[in-house]
Amino acid sequence: MSEGDSWLWATLVLLGAYHGINPGMGWLFAVALGMQERNRRSVWRALPPLAVGHGLAIGAVVALAGLAQWVLPLGTLKIGVAVILAAFGLHRLVRHWHPRGSGMLVGFGDLTIWSFLMASAHGAGFMLLPFLFQLSPHGEHAEVHLAAGAAAGAGTGLAAVLIHTAGYLLVTGLAAWIIYTKLGVAILRKAWLNLDLLWALVLLATAALTLVL
Amino acid sequence: MPLLRPDPTFYPSPKLAMQAPPEKHAFVALLNPTFKGKPDALAVVDVDPASKTYSQVVGQLDMPNVGDELHHFGWNACSSCLCPYAPHPHTERRYLIVPGLRSSRLYVIDTKPDIRKPKIVKIIEADELAARSNYSRPHTVHCGPDGIFVSALGNPQGDGPGGVFFMDAETFDVLGQWELDRGPQHFAYDFWWHLGYDTMITSEWGTPKMFENGLVPDVLLNSGYGHNLQFWDLRRRKHSQVLDLGKEHQLVFELRPAHDPTKAYGFVGVVISLKDLSSSIWVWHQSSGSWAVKKVIEIPAEPADPDKLPPLLKGFKAVPPLVTDIDLSMDDRFLYVSCWGTGEFIQYDVSDPFSPKKTGSLHIGGIVRRAAHPGNPKQALNGGPQMVEVSRDGRRVYFTNSLYSTIDEQFYPEGVRGWMVKVETKPEGGMAFDPKFFLEHPELRTHQVRLEGGDCSTDSFCFP
Repeated sequence: MSEGDSWLWATLVLLGAYHGINPGMGWLFAVALGMQERNRRSVWRALPPLAVGHGLAIGAVVALAGLAQWVLPLGTLKIGVAVILAAFGLHRLVRHWHPRGSGMLVGFGDLTIWSFLMASAHGAGFMLLPFLFQLSPHGEHAEVHLAAGAAAGAGTGLAAVLIHTAGYLLVTGLAAWIIYTKLGVAILRKAWLNLDLLWALVLLATAALTLVL
Repeated sequence: MPLLRPDPTFYPSPKLAMQAPPEKHAFVALLNPTFKGKPDALAVVDVDPASKTYSQVVGQLDMPNVGDELHHFGWNACSSCLCPYAPHPHTERRYLIVPGLRSSRLYVIDTKPDIRKPKIVKIIEADELAARSNYSRPHTVHCGPDGIFVSALGNPQGDGPGGVFFMDAETFDVLGQWELDRGPQHFAYDFWWHLGYDTMITSEWGTPKMFENGLVPDVLLNSGYGHNLQFWDLRRRKHSQVLDLGKEHQLVFELRPAHDPTKAYGFVGVVISLKDLSSSIWVWHQSSGSWAVKKVIEIPAEPADPDKLPPLLKGFKAVPPLVTDIDLSMDDRFLYVSCWGTGEFIQYDVSDPFSPKKTGSLHIGGIVRRAAHPGNPKQALNGGPQMVEVSRDGRRVYFTNSLYSTIDEQFYPEGVRGWMVKVETKPEGGMAFDPKFFLEHPELRTHQVRLEGGDCSTDSFCFP
């Protein structure tokens, strides 16, 4: 890892924090489960599956992009990713899809799937790609040691997913804890800003960044 | 333009919803019973006591078609939008979904920017509803966490099964039947849910052919109408349990689950018992992993002079209470019960759902009683307490007096004259008519009331 990469890693953590702060990405679910079961432990119990689902959703996109790098020139791939991000962003401006078939009686598996679908539906994984492309051992050195390059790429990808998910988990847990124990859900009426709108704008911004970086 | 903060009428919990400001307007479905070229309408009623036009109709939207039979209706979105598993808090509570129970047509009505001038923005015709869901006769509308749910009483041919269909909350397109597996369920009527328990409950009337020309005495006397409560897995859209109230208990109507999502019980009204013409209220509740039901209130028929009874009842020499609607206050403390036959309106304290205490009773209208309103004590009224709506803070209750065009005629053969009244309640129980609120409609019959910003039979919650 070069010195210049540290801001990229920081961005991945911050994106995790940004995903985590969105009530629709998990912490509100944890709070609701705690209130429904009248048990603080239910809040904590919800966090691991939420993080696993989120991490898997991010990981799936990162892995796909990693594979795509083998068959597509980076320039083409970046254009593809930018188009996908822009499509997600524009779609979220006009429609608010969310996974059907969830509910309040949910176990580890249900919460993992829910978190996976929620992150995927919001294009969360794609948001990381422009920064990840900067980290990838791509370019003039990559073709020399193909196998070594692949291993390094996979290692970087995995590290990126883990550090992003850590940022997500930290903020999700913190938000759930503060709302559950201190603030209460009344605050939702005032403080729940339209993150969908912001989210759509961030998606559009990262689409642009993909092309510029 | 999307909202930047949650719709101010959304509340995470019933407790918070009780702090909502008092409503200033009510919407009332108006039925034109003659079908002679005149349509039904949606009225906007001024319910702000400080206003000069208090208790008057201040807006009226006539439907573009005749013979819809407007009945129940509901909002496009409500507090369930804050549910954590499908949050969309920045949707506006703005559109009323208004079904025609006879025409099977659905109107989507925009209540903004001027609440007194609502406008139709979309019409879904019966053909489209049939093609997309194979249902007809849309009835109850509920705003769910992930879309709009509507019950329907039959198939397009007027037979069973009835059921529930699903509408997209943004485009208002009918998406199709909700049930993936309906089990033994055949009849439909009302539905609601326990969001905290992923459970839907449906109740039973009959198929359209069994009620569109009025109740069929032979069917009724042979226990042919619905007498079951159906329970469903709300997540998996599957039937899970049926509870038979006993076939003498005919017409299982309005469902009022506790608003607190951690409580697993609710109330349902049964219109008539073939044993003694009584009406009853039952409580369903969870008991060792499944649902059970228990009768907690029985309201007896009142002996009556046959000369004062309509042909249908003369032989019985009694007037049945006919509990046709019930409503539960937001704190799950008071249950309001309409006795459309005897003209009694009853308040029960149901803090302990298994032992309700009668805390208030009022009389107005009634088949025999014809009780007057204190605002005009000399005028005998017909129809009786029917569709009830309770304000979110529980301090005001509104009700109207028409049931269903052809059934109105069976019990009130001279034709129901539409009215709407308001009752003020005391926090610890007890209630009285507001003498200044008596709205009479000379031509049209009044049916369901919805309050601006929400009421006690609209919103559901995912937080206690």
